Amino acid sequence: MRLFLALASLRRHRSRTMLATAGVAIAAALLLDMVMLSGGMRASFGNLLTAQGFQMRLPPRGTLPFDTEATIDGAGEIIAMLRQKSEIIAVSPVLGATVRTTRDEHPVTAFALGIDPSVQGDYRMESGRDATDSSSLVANVEFLHAAGLQLGDTITLAAGYNPQLRAFTGTRALTIAGRARFIYLSTGQPAVAMPLRSLQAMSGHLKDDAVSVFMVRTRPGADVEAIARWIQGTIPRVDAVSTAQALAKVDERLSYFRQLSFILGAVSLIVGFLLTTTLVTVSVNDRVGEIAVMRAIGVSRAHVVHQVLLEGTAISLGGALLGLALGLVTARWLNTILSSFPGLPAAIDFFLFQPRAAWTALGLLVLSGIAAGIYPAWRAASLPVARTLREEAVA
Amino acid sequence: MTKPLIAGDAPIVSARDVRRDYPLEGEAVHAVRGVSLDVERGEYVAIVGPSGCGKSTLLNLIGAIDTPSGGTVSIAGRDPSAMSDREVTRFRLEHIGFVFQRFYLMPILSAAENVELPMAERGLDKQERRARVRELLAYVELAGRARHRPTQLSGGEQQRVAIARALANSPDLLLADEPTGELDARTGTDIIALFERLNRDGTTIVVVTHDEQLARAARRVIHMRDGIIVHDEVLRAIA
Repeated sequence: MRLFLALASLRRHRSRTMLATAGVAIAAALLLDMVMLSGGMRASFGNLLTAQGFQMRLPPRGTLPFDTEATIDGAGEIIAMLRQKSEIIAVSPVLGATVRTTRDEHPVTAFALGIDPSVQGDYRMESGRDATDSSSLVANVEFLHAAGLQLGDTITLAAGYNPQLRAFTGTRALTIAGRARFIYLSTGQPAVAMPLRSLQAMSGHLKDDAVSVFMVRTRPGADVEAIARWIQGTIPRVDAVSTAQALAKVDERLSYFRQLSFILGAVSLIVGFLLTTTLVTVSVNDRVGEIAVMRAIGVSRAHVVHQVLLEGTAISLGGALLGLALGLVTARWLNTILSSFPGLPAAIDFFLFQPRAAWTALGLLVLSGIAAGIYPAWRAASLPVARTLREEAVA
Repeated sequence: MTKPLIAGDAPIVSARDVRRDYPLEGEAVHAVRGVSLDVERGEYVAIVGPSGCGKSTLLNLIGAIDTPSGGTVSIAGRDPSAMSDREVTRFRLEHIGFVFQRFYLMPILSAAENVELPMAERGLDKQERRARVRELLAYVELAGRARHRPTQLSGGEQQRVAIARALANSPDLLLADEPTGELDARTGTDIIALFERLNRDGTTIVVVTHDEQLARAARRVIHMRDGIIVHDEVLRAIA
């Protein structure tokens, strides 16, 4: 009966209730988006790092992976040292470079990865075959479009350009063996991958056997941090960055994001609270005569309090559910915009739906709705019955 | 339609030297100034007097929705001022029925749901409530209007629903404050007839009214002026 009365009271002023619920829904959507934003990038980055099963990256000492053009010499020697450690089950050397070709005399630039096709974790094949020999490569769809090529075509790629001679250097003819999707590259970035030694030869790194980074896969259950410490101590040319350390660095860089999200989330929670309080208080003020009569005929204070609290809860619950849908749609839309930000891996999501965080946010909103009903409930329950009836009669 | 609560001939309402003062803009208004009164079971009492003479305040005190500033009020042998708010609310629910000038039905509920409300609050089961609602709406001749909202009913019909609501928990005492005040003469007459029928069927009624016709229908008329009883006349003895 109490729930029925609470819902009926809300139905009585439908437009008012709908407007307030819409307001709460917008606040809920903003709150949800802020929660998704505050943890989304971190979780998404974590998923990206672990997606291919590598728990560690080894960039040149003092740098982050692909943060600079610095390289690590003696890749073969380092791989041999790493393989001595029984907990390390795979090492993937990666060399990054910029390569060029031309299409109708217009330059086409792409990011090139030199990899070991048997252990690489940088791309996933979409069609064709992997670049397993020194005269083949795989490319993404963006490169194929930019260069006007298709699988099976042979192109000449250059790893350098001599401005004095106005000529490409480090050129090599390569056949496009397959199409791949590159995991760590940004949206729209043309990219190719070829065997490590091919790219080393093109970029002049063959002699010193240089790479940009090693990706290391450890045995399940291995102590990654202990292995990282061992690598740091054994190979002075590299830093060993575990996924946990990388996430800690991401945390540092995203702390402003999180603070902003927290503040905006708190503001939306307060707005939702105030909206609900206002609506329920107005509703109670409209009904003081009715409430006094209910009390006069023997309806308990507890009943009145429950009914008013239920009204607040119903508004916030309705708003929260609407806000959930609205928040997800908004997050998807904003994610599309932000994910095309230059330089960010396409697989990074700014807004990641994490059920626990979302339910916590919406739970907070519903709790705030219950709290929002406290003042009007107190006001309704403490109405002096006789005086209110007298004033109503005079009015 | 009433249930015995107190044994013997004890009055259902017993007020002794009751006073009620209100603070108004820093000054005390003496709304009721030393009223003593007994209402016997089965009586039909009309309290009349000019506006502001304290009639409604006295009714509120008899109905345990207000507390006297002095003196004592005993209702069905109990002193409401000695009860907690929870107890006095429950006491009103079980022993007193109220009818107001402006009906005060819940506009969001149907006629039947309005009548059902006090029974639901009392905790009666649904089947019992529904049966009682049918019985009461038939009694006030509104059986066909059970599903109508108050806005779909005339003033007289709304007041009859309000009377049915007041009778829902078979109260010992029915209190009405200007029950015909918002009604036209013909509809008012119907309500007066309903009150007479209720009293004949055993309900103890106290009404506050300006309506001479309603006052004449009562068995006893109490005249008030300036917060005191100036005349108490019995028109017809209880049968």
